[in-house]
Amino acid sequence: MNVALFVTCLNDALFPRSGQAAVTLLRRLGVDVDFPSAQSCCGQMHWNTGYRSETLRLARRFVDVFADYEAIVIPSASCGGMPAEAYATAAEAAGDMGLVRAVRELVPRVHELTTYLTDVLGAEDVGAYFPHRVTYHPTCHSLRAAPVGHRPYRLLCAVAGIDLAELPAQQECCGFGGTFSVKNAAVSGAMCADKARHVVETGASVLAAVDNSCLMNIGGRLDRDGHPVHTMHLVEILARTWEDGPVPELPLAAGAVAR
Amino acid sequence: MSRTFVGWPAFPRAAAAATQDMQLRSNVTRATGTIRGKRAKLVTERPDWEDLRDSAAALKDEVLAHLDRYLLQAEEQVTAAGGTVHWARDAAEANRIVTELVRATGEREIVKVKSMLTEEIGLDNALEAAGISARETDLAAAIVQLGDDLPSHVVVPALHRNRGEIRDVFVREMGRHGRPAPQGLTDEPAQLAEAARLHLREKFLKAKVAVSGANFLVAETGTVVVVESEGNGRMCLTLADTLISVVGLEKAVPTWRDLEVFLQLLARNATGERMAPYTTTFTGVTPGDGPQRFHLVLVDNGRTRALADRVGRQALRCIRCGACMNICPVYERTGGHAYGSVYPGPIGAILNPLLKGPDDPQTASLPYASSLCGACNEVCPVRIRFTDVLLKLRHEVAEGDAKVKHPVEKAALDAVGAVMEHPAAWNAAVRAAGRVGPLMPRKRLPGPLRGWTDTRNVPEIPKESFRTWWKRTDGGTK
Ligand code: SF4
Repeated sequence: MNVALFVTCLNDALFPRSGQAAVTLLRRLGVDVDFPSAQSCCGQMHWNTGYRSETLRLARRFVDVFADYEAIVIPSASCGGMPAEAYATAAEAAGDMGLVRAVRELVPRVHELTTYLTDVLGAEDVGAYFPHRVTYHPTCHSLRAAPVGHRPYRLLCAVAGIDLAELPAQQECCGFGGTFSVKNAAVSGAMCADKARHVVETGASVLAAVDNSCLMNIGGRLDRDGHPVHTMHLVEILARTWEDGPVPELPLAAGAVAR
Repeated sequence: MSRTFVGWPAFPRAAAAATQDMQLRSNVTRATGTIRGKRAKLVTERPDWEDLRDSAAALKDEVLAHLDRYLLQAEEQVTAAGGTVHWARDAAEANRIVTELVRATGEREIVKVKSMLTEEIGLDNALEAAGISARETDLAAAIVQLGDDLPSHVVVPALHRNRGEIRDVFVREMGRHGRPAPQGLTDEPAQLAEAARLHLREKFLKAKVAVSGANFLVAETGTVVVVESEGNGRMCLTLADTLISVVGLEKAVPTWRDLEVFLQLLARNATGERMAPYTTTFTGVTPGDGPQRFHLVLVDNGRTRALADRVGRQALRCIRCGACMNICPVYERTGGHAYGSVYPGPIGAILNPLLKGPDDPQTASLPYASSLCGACNEVCPVRIRFTDVLLKLRHEVAEGDAKVKHPVEKAALDAVGAVMEHPAAWNAAVRAAGRVGPLMPRKRLPGPLRGWTDTRNVPEIPKESFRTWWKRTDGGTK
């Protein structure tokens, strides 16, 4: 199958291990995944800050790079929602009807990673092994912009050895919000502090989510406060197998069995 | 003169100060948490909740699309029922009309039913300048007024105050404006309510003139509808000789039949009650019963400006239930005052710029007072898509006609965008990031990014980007 990974600019530069995990996992599930190197950024930061002409240019770029793929898989709910959420609106506002058509044609083939796994590949148990205590934060975009519903939980529940702890007040925003985190840093920081406190309350050694942007926010706070909780994109958990064994630097979950 | 929001600092500064006020934070968190819980429970009782929201949004859109027709119909009906209709373009005109109407009665002390519109236009101060004292009768509004405070919520204006603070205001201030607080008043809710009841009863019985707002204006009969919990509104609307209702243009609904949709939504969504304890409706003048003189003042004050905005006009559907502020994680941490307006929270972040235009720094800062989490979209009974409007308003600041500009941000995003657009440039930039990574401070970023590192570290930049890894390993195969 002719499948492209849109890794996202943030993952490319700051969280390459999430992109690598996505490649590992997709290959394991029989997907021949390609990384067209002309890709860059979905334009979300520009869009959310009001810069529509820049978004439009990045939308054109996205359509050019990915038009010929059968599926485009994105390890981020927030970037994954951009083509459907913004591109047509931006193109329409600019009167570029050709782009509107191209976007409409492309959008059904753009998938957030967990949705691709469950809905397109029909997978739930992806053969993962992760014998650690994990809590999951449903990011706002995964709840509302590219709603992935219970898919991440279904995928996580099927992971062998995992000890899943429910995150209190999980539906509340972590305070990232892109440029919000610097424009209104005090409020953002206060929201993040509460989120980090809830994470610590779970006793988990790993905080997982489908957006590294939010994990960077919460992780930045956990790190500042000296809490040894690791943040991991969900795909990094799904990519690990029995052969990999436990993650050496993480404590084993209570009752975990090593083979 | 009572306090106003005039000259208020822009949101980031006001909000930063509010987040440091732990008493405020705990008051707001407790109050919003309680209402949120009550609402959530009652909403699940209604299997047709989503349908009600659809109907409410559609009805409001119908009214907004034919506002002229519905308002003229309402005017005709009110006039036929013995009332008088006045039209006010802006706050100054509305205040002048009301002041003259009160003056004509010769009264010096009048009562008010809580109304966000009269707060918006600053009616109390206008009346005071004319030597007329207007006393609030809603408990929360009275607390705000007695404490020379400002409203922080559209349903519960004193939401930012706890019981102890309210007791102190009563003890200190009631005597200066009428019957003093009872001796030995404690902060028990029942005692506080009784103190307010005794203090306010005097006002109801004396007042000859009442000023109200309206939750709805039924166009087919010209009926004004006031929904409330305490019965103070009922008192004002029935005991006074002269009633002046100051109503925003957007409050019209076509028929009584349509009212049923809104009345089912409003109390559940606002206070977590199945029905509001008091719903008072009145139409013009009924000889021998209730106020014998009735004036309806219809106020624009920016509403037609908002109506002209194709995306933004949905903000005029708002029925002021307060649910968007109760659910908002930003509001929860700043309280309402940070928004510098009687309309705080998500609706304030969009409505104020729409009404006033985003041309002063305070108003222009409001569309950014959101992480775009979208929680408000899910609770609004009239389905306002706050995030769509926020993005549109940001666009106006970034690239549109708004006078307030953010040149540094624009330059930065333009530069990033230019790099991202060109594959070679982006490739080089990502590679360079890996090289400078180890030199980057993780606990203190420079310039406008510093806010991030006030409370958070930045992640380490890996030496090898994804694209470099892909190239080096031929897609992970080598
Ligand atoms: S915007 Fe919607 S949720 Fe907010 S106060 Fe108005 S009606 Fe209620």
